[in-house]
Amino acid sequence: MFTELLKIELYKIFKRPRTFIAFGAIAVIILLVQFALKVNGRDFVQFYTESQSDTFEIPYEKILNGYFVCVAVLHMILVHVPLLVALIAGDMISGEASLGTLRLLAGKPVTRTQLLLAKFAASTVYVVLLLAWMALFALLGSMLIFGTEDLVVFKETDMHIMKAGDVIWRFFAAFVFAALALTCIAAMALMFSVFSENSLGPIVATVCVVIVFTIVQQLRVPVFEETVNPWSFTTHMLGWKGFFYVEKNAEGATITGSIENPAALLRSGLILTGYILLFLGVSIRSFSKKDILS
Amino acid sequence: MNQVIRAEQLSKDFGDIKAVRDLSFSVGQGQVYGFLGQNGAGKSTTIRMLLTLVEPSSGTIEIFGMNLKKHRKEILRRTGAIIEKPDLYKYLTAKENLRIFSRLSAVKVSEKKIMDQLALVGLADRAESKVKTYSQGMKQRLGLATALIHDPELVILDEPANGLDPQGIADMRNLILHLSKELGKTLLVSSHLLGEMEMVADQLLIIHKGEKVVEGRVSELLNPEQSIVELVTPDTLGALAFLRQSGWAGTLKEPVNGAIRMEFNKQQIPELNRQLVEKGIPVLSLRPLNSLEDYFLSLTKR
Repeated sequence: MFTELLKIELYKIFKRPRTFIAFGAIAVIILLVQFALKVNGRDFVQFYTESQSDTFEIPYEKILNGYFVCVAVLHMILVHVPLLVALIAGDMISGEASLGTLRLLAGKPVTRTQLLLAKFAASTVYVVLLLAWMALFALLGSMLIFGTEDLVVFKETDMHIMKAGDVIWRFFAAFVFAALALTCIAAMALMFSVFSENSLGPIVATVCVVIVFTIVQQLRVPVFEETVNPWSFTTHMLGWKGFFYVEKNAEGATITGSIENPAALLRSGLILTGYILLFLGVSIRSFSKKDILS
Repeated sequence: MNQVIRAEQLSKDFGDIKAVRDLSFSVGQGQVYGFLGQNGAGKSTTIRMLLTLVEPSSGTIEIFGMNLKKHRKEILRRTGAIIEKPDLYKYLTAKENLRIFSRLSAVKVSEKKIMDQLALVGLADRAESKVKTYSQGMKQRLGLATALIHDPELVILDEPANGLDPQGIADMRNLILHLSKELGKTLLVSSHLLGEMEMVADQLLIIHKGEKVVEGRVSELLNPEQSIVELVTPDTLGALAFLRQSGWAGTLKEPVNGAIRMEFNKQQIPELNRQLVEKGIPVLSLRPLNSLEDYFLSLTKR
């Protein structure tokens, strides 16, 4: 029955025109960034390599390749994708309540837990498809437009260089991690959705929470750095970047296939999973006991 | 007769508000059970409890002889319902809505069955139209089709005539009778259209402020002997003075909209008319009120 419910939920999601707004928006943003980097990419690279340009000659044309552009796109776009995820996941229960269909669903021979998990699974499928779409445009598109070379990533004043053959798996891992982070947002939006009978509230609440925690994280206030930030999901949502920071040997050369801090990545993954389980647990408990009066 | 629904001491509180209080009733197999009450009387809350949308504060519900809490899935698989206005997925067509709701009831139905169901409610020619283009009456009929698509044994209809035009109401009445008399389904129907209920219901339950006022067969409730009789006269004060001083004093009820109301055997109406005329009190109208509506009003205005 769960598979049937999931199919129904996906059918409903992809029958709504607004679902495709996110796909359209992502395609447009990526194309815009790619166009901007194509016409003015050198300045962009110069901005990041300013501190190193005195030490050695920067090969701007080589750095500005498809992999580099894809990382740049991900930096710019992944911060905004939670809004697109909230638009769908925040509407999952509250949208049905405001439409008046929740009472029809809940009066059918399926448990409320099944119903909620099917909606969560459908949101997750939506997230994965959104990221696959993003990968198609950002990675494949950039590879076609800019070609492939070794990847150079800047981390504050540090520079991480990866061989071209050591890059694709990193993108795959980064997209999987981003899927986990966005699933966390979907779980939170779904939780807010259980408590609301209009779609706007959960969407706004989700976006507000993300903004507040992102600002707290960027303030770099010691008290927040010690207490809030290590546990804030917004901190760990950016964990995907870790796949592009590599370990170096004693001579300062990159170790192929390495990750600078795998333990931190694992910790971030576990914390995000913990949040997903927490949000789901609260949702299931509340939804199971909820009187459906809409 | 087998009982399909048996509710015992059902109560539901929303904070300080007691929506339903100690309500007990039972619905027999094949019956059309009418559920009457004013707005806010507790009808919809009771129906929501039967469909597990609302958890009762106390009391028990058995449907098909099984405890609703323990056998929820099995019971709901055999039940179809529309609750208040039937809101459906507006961005989907009628066919798509029916397909979804049949699959939710764990039943896979053929295209033919879907079309037959739409034909039954007069929507076959709009099967491919999106629901957002439907009128309220059409949505109501499609709602009924979604409630029936999985061929349930028990059909619960909350205000099924809402939004329907007179022809639609007549069609709905015929459909209810068809489902009950020809297909042998059990129906629980709540409605404020008392005249309609009088025509279709075998058994009635009237609730007021969350409590049962009366339950019984329609024929028993509408006692042909004892009637509420309404007297309309231009000389209301004179008529009241006469009635209070005569042997009719004990029959007087609360007046409604300026009309005098009494309760007595309607065989005595000619005698009352004669006495009024003899006293020079002009009589514009003197008639028994024995419709369900009159009965309902007399109970709920107490």
